Formats: sequence, C-alpha cells, structure tokens
Amino acid sequence: MEFLKDLWLFLKERKKWWLLPLLFIILLIGGLIIFAESSAVGSFIYTLF
Amino acid sequence: MGKQKPASAILGISAFYHDSAAAIIIDGQVIAAAQEERFTRIKHDPSFPTHAIQFCLDYSGYTLNDLDAIVFYDKPFLKFERLLETYYNFSPKGFWSFVKAIPAWVKEKLFLKRIIRQELQAIQTYDQKKVKLLFPEHHLSHAASAFYPSPFEEAAILTIDGVGEWATASICHGKGNKIEVLKEMHFPHSLGLLYSAFTYFLGFKVNSGEYKLMGLAPYGDPQSEQVRQFVKKIESDLITINEDGSILLHQAYFSYATGLRMVPDQKWEKLFGLKKRTPESALEQQHCNLGIAIQQVTEKVVIKMAQEAKRLTGSKNLCLAGGVALNCVANGQLQEAQIFEALYIQPAAGDAGGALGAALAVHHIYFDQQRTIDSTKMDSMSGSYLGPQFSDLRIEQTARKFKSSFTKIEKQTDLSEQVAALIASGNVIGWFQGRMEFGPRALGNRSILGDIRNPEMQKKINLKIKYRESFRPFAPAVLAEKAADYFAVQSISPYMLLVKDVLPERRKKIPADYHSYPLREKLALIRTDIPAVTHVDFSARIQTVHQETNPEFHSLLQAFEGQTDYALLINTSFNVRGEPIVCTPEDAFRCFLQTDMDYLVLGNYIFDKKKQRTSNLKNELREQQFELD
Repeated sequence: MEFLKDLWLFLKERKKWWLLPLLFIILLIGGLIIFAESSAVGSFIYTLF
Repeated sequence: MGKQKPASAILGISAFYHDSAAAIIIDGQVIAAAQEERFTRIKHDPSFPTHAIQFCLDYSGYTLNDLDAIVFYDKPFLKFERLLETYYNFSPKGFWSFVKAIPAWVKEKLFLKRIIRQELQAIQTYDQKKVKLLFPEHHLSHAASAFYPSPFEEAAILTIDGVGEWATASICHGKGNKIEVLKEMHFPHSLGLLYSAFTYFLGFKVNSGEYKLMGLAPYGDPQSEQVRQFVKKIESDLITINEDGSILLHQAYFSYATGLRMVPDQKWEKLFGLKKRTPESALEQQHCNLGIAIQQVTEKVVIKMAQEAKRLTGSKNLCLAGGVALNCVANGQLQEAQIFEALYIQPAAGDAGGALGAALAVHHIYFDQQRTIDSTKMDSMSGSYLGPQFSDLRIEQTARKFKSSFTKIEKQTDLSEQVAALIASGNVIGWFQGRMEFGPRALGNRSILGDIRNPEMQKKINLKIKYRESFRPFAPAVLAEKAADYFAVQSISPYMLLVKDVLPERRKKIPADYHSYPLREKLALIRTDIPAVTHVDFSARIQTVHQETNPEFHSLLQAFEGQTDYALLINTSFNVRGEPIVCTPEDAFRCFLQTDMDYLVLGNYIFDKKKQRTSNLKNELREQQFELD
C-alpha cells in the first residue's frame, strides 16, 4: 500500500499522468512474470497470452 | 522537504549502481564513512552496504533505533521515470535493452523502500515507523557532500557525473545551511557519459577505467595534427558545446540511452579512423592521442561550466563533486583558470560520497540545522580518514595467524626514522596506519610508499607490486609546507585531486622531438630530479600532507626529508590491480605476501619480507585472484 501511495504522490508532483497506464501494464506483466517464476502455477500462465 | 524536530543522528546510504557506501553524521559532524567494497573485497561493489552500515553503527556506538533518519542518495521513482521516457522517446530502438532492464525494476528497484528496510532489519531489528527513510535527489546529495564539509560559508557548487535521475550536471548556490539548485543539464546529454564512452572505446572498463584514460592522456602529443583533428571531430560530430557549458551529445554516435553498449563501434571507428581498442591489447600513439583529445574537450567544458556557475552565483568560492570531479587534471586546469579564488573538492566525489551528502542534506535542509564552520580546520572531513581502525592486539593476532615475525617500535619518531631509511635505500613499503580513507584515494593510511628519486621505482611498483599497466603514473605525497619547493601549487591538495606541474628548475633538458617519442621511450626518459612521480608531461597528482590531519604520515615525510633532503614520497593505494584498497591488517598482510613489497608497517609493527614464510603462502594467496579492472 505504501508503494502505491508513494507512486501516486510522485505522479501528482511530477504531473506525468501519461506514465500511469504504462506503469500499470509494466507492473501487471512484471508481477505476472515474477509470480510465474516463483509459483506452482507457473506452467499454466502461458495460456493467459 | 518540511521542518521536523532537530536531528542528531543520520545514516546515509548509496547503493545499487556502483561504489555503495554508508556514512553516519551526528549533530552535523561526520563520524564515520566507508565503501562496501573494502569489506566485501569486490571492487566497486554495488550491493547494499551491509558491512559499511554495520561499521558506521559500531564506530558511532549508535543503533538503528537511535537514528533520526536513514537517507538513500537518490530518488528511484524519478530514475524510473527517466528510464521509461527515454525508451518511449527512442522507441522502437532499444526494445531489447528495455526488456532486459524492466525485470530488475519491477522486482527490486521500484520497491527500494521495502528492500532497504528489509536489509536494515537483517542488520538490526528497528522501529521502521520511528526512523524516517528519505530520498534526496542524486545531484543534491553530491552538492551537499561538497558544500557542507567545505570551509566556505557561501559558494557556487558544480556537480558533474554520468547520470543521477535526470540530471547529469548541476550548478547550485550554497549559503549557510541552504543549497539552491540554479541550473541542471539532463540525460542523455552528459559529460561523464561522454568521458565513459571514450573509456569504453579505448578498451578500459566503464565506471572504473576513467582514471586510466586520464593517466594515458599525457602520452598523447598535444602538438600533433592527429590530436587537433580528433578534437575537431569530437566538437563537430559528437557533441555541441554551448556557451553556458552545457553540451548536447549527438545521439546518432551513442548507444547508452537504449543499448547495452556505450557507442556504436563501427561509427566511431569510421569517425576517428582507428579500431576500437580491445582490453589489454597494446597501447599505440593514436590511442594516447585520442585520450588527450577527449581530456582537452573535458577540460574546456568543465571550465565553461565553472564560468557559468560564477556568472549565476557571483561567488568567489567553488565546490566540486560528482564523478567528473575526480578528474584531477581538469581540476588543476580549473584552478589555473582562476575563475574562483578558492576551490574545494569532496574527496569521495563519486557515488560513494553521495551517501555522506545525502545525510548532510537531510541534516541541514530537511531538519533545518545550522552549519558551524571551524575556521581552524581545512574542512570537516577529518582528512577523509573516516573508516575503520585496528588495535595493536588485532595486529598481533594477524601476525600470529600468518606465523610471522615482526619488530615493534614504540616511539613514533623512531618508527618514522627507521621506515624513512628503508625507503631511502630502495625498499617498497606497505604503510598501514589509523583509520581507513573514505573515497577512491589512499592518503597515507592504506598506502604503498617508495622513493621518488629512484627512476626504476615506477616500473618496479607497477609491474612487481601492483601488477598493473606500466604506463600508469604515481602520485607524490609531499609535506604541505614544502609543496611549493617542488610543484607550481596555488593551494593545498590534501585529497590528491589536483594535478600540478613540477617546477621548471627541477626539470632536465629534454630532446626537441620528445613529444613524438613512443610511449615506452617517453616513459624511460628521466625528466626531473623526482622521476618516479613526474608524469610524461611534467605533471604530478599531488597530495599535500598535513600535521593536523595525519601526524604519522607527516612525521615519516619529515624523517625522509631529514635523511634525503626530499620532503615527498611515492604514495599509491595499498592493493593489487583489481583489488579494493586493503581494509584490515589481514588484507594488508595478504597483499604484502603475494607481491614483491619489501616491508609492511602495520601501526608500529614492522614486518620484513625476508623473514616471512612466504613460499607456501604466496601460492596459496595467488589462488585468491581479483578480476582485472
């Protein structure tokens, strides 16, 4: 939660809202990759793509 | 940044890029600072500085819970913003580099707050809610590292490095406890990265080989047509230099913004008409000529930036920091240009010093604490002797561990006389005293010392002791009060960050065509009466030694002067090539045994190589090799 709060404050201060969707996608895909690397469901993840 | 209760203890951290370090300040006083590489024995170690933090806490007697703030030296989100915008602007170029970079960010770098706290908790459990975790900007950390320890109440501050978040150089104005940022140059335009690009092209390692390039440059022939052409090509094809000192790097000739290399090799080869030098291959005159060309351009840009800093601040003082401030040749030129009356350079000007600067910035700016300048001291860095020190007991334990014999000399003056006599008779000494230096230079507490008069000494120390390239010059450590007898000095240089010429009266007559001599012949020619520390262009990277900050080293130099009439010694860092400077007596002993060093002096204990059981140990120790830098 603190991360999201910090990220929000950062975007607000920098006023770079166009980064928001980019960040969202990167975090989502990155999160999935990390999850896939470190969990038993890893072998099933490819079906998502 | 807002106002809080008065601060008493702040821990600064730099990490995750190169040269991680930690520093602790208490009530604005610098108590301890050290680079992680000295503990882990991995040169330029970028990992979280666990050992350095542990040392800072142990030395200060504080725990993490006693701290008011922990400060990281840059802003990770801002860095990520730069990364994203850069890839966006250059896309689709750089896609693969982007794909390679992103996982590290998503896994770690974006979550730096959590990682730092986890790492700290692994050192000591502490109350995360009570101790603030703060992130000043990278160049503010550099600026603070130079201004706050300086002896100036008010000064212009110039910071120049590869890149921080966006800024690659900044001009600030420091006054009292405040620093105002006046101007910044932004990525991808960077003087530090330009110099690193040449470091790469000339076959040295980026982020560590820059000082080799600086040492190579004087072998270039400044009067040659090739150097003139190289300078012309740099200034026309590679960069645009603006009047305010800012530069534009023509991105068609650079790959660092999106690629995994510094430059497109073929384009550079075509531009300069020479092949990229492969690491460790022979150095030719054309490499030296390209080296001197980029050095000249760097000096020109630094001087223009300083002129702009003068114009913006009107100050008579200048503080310097950032990796480019370690270019002591440019620093010497800057001082000669007399744009400012006084110059102060942070001894740990690179990223390691960012840890200290970050802590000082929080103390003075965030916590709004006033500065007190002690006018009796040259600065508040304590000579940069801020690292660990070791007791006689630890030295004796080391001696027992290595089953070695030694002589203990109780009186400092006797020790100085005896060691001076050993140096004067041609011996090379490992000199290990007191607290380890903070920053890249050995300043007489973790040093290898030799006789400046001996023309063979440079070759001997380079090849038989440090196992490094024969072209590398050595620096003189000179009694501060006698420096003007040897060098064209205008000020003190306690941190070996200024290059000055040897006085004309000490020079020997050189052949008219000397500049066109090949590298080895230039090196072999005896140019002055202090040949071991005179570079091929008659320059020397000076360290002035002061009674105030290092009485032991000062006493040794006095003894050497008494015996030889020369108040200076070769001072090079106590390590072999690729190894971080020694930290502990054990590190020193290992280094001593695996090289042709003649004597080791640990505190007041003298170890004679001839009396050590070296044959077996030398082979054992050889197995512990360091990656070449």
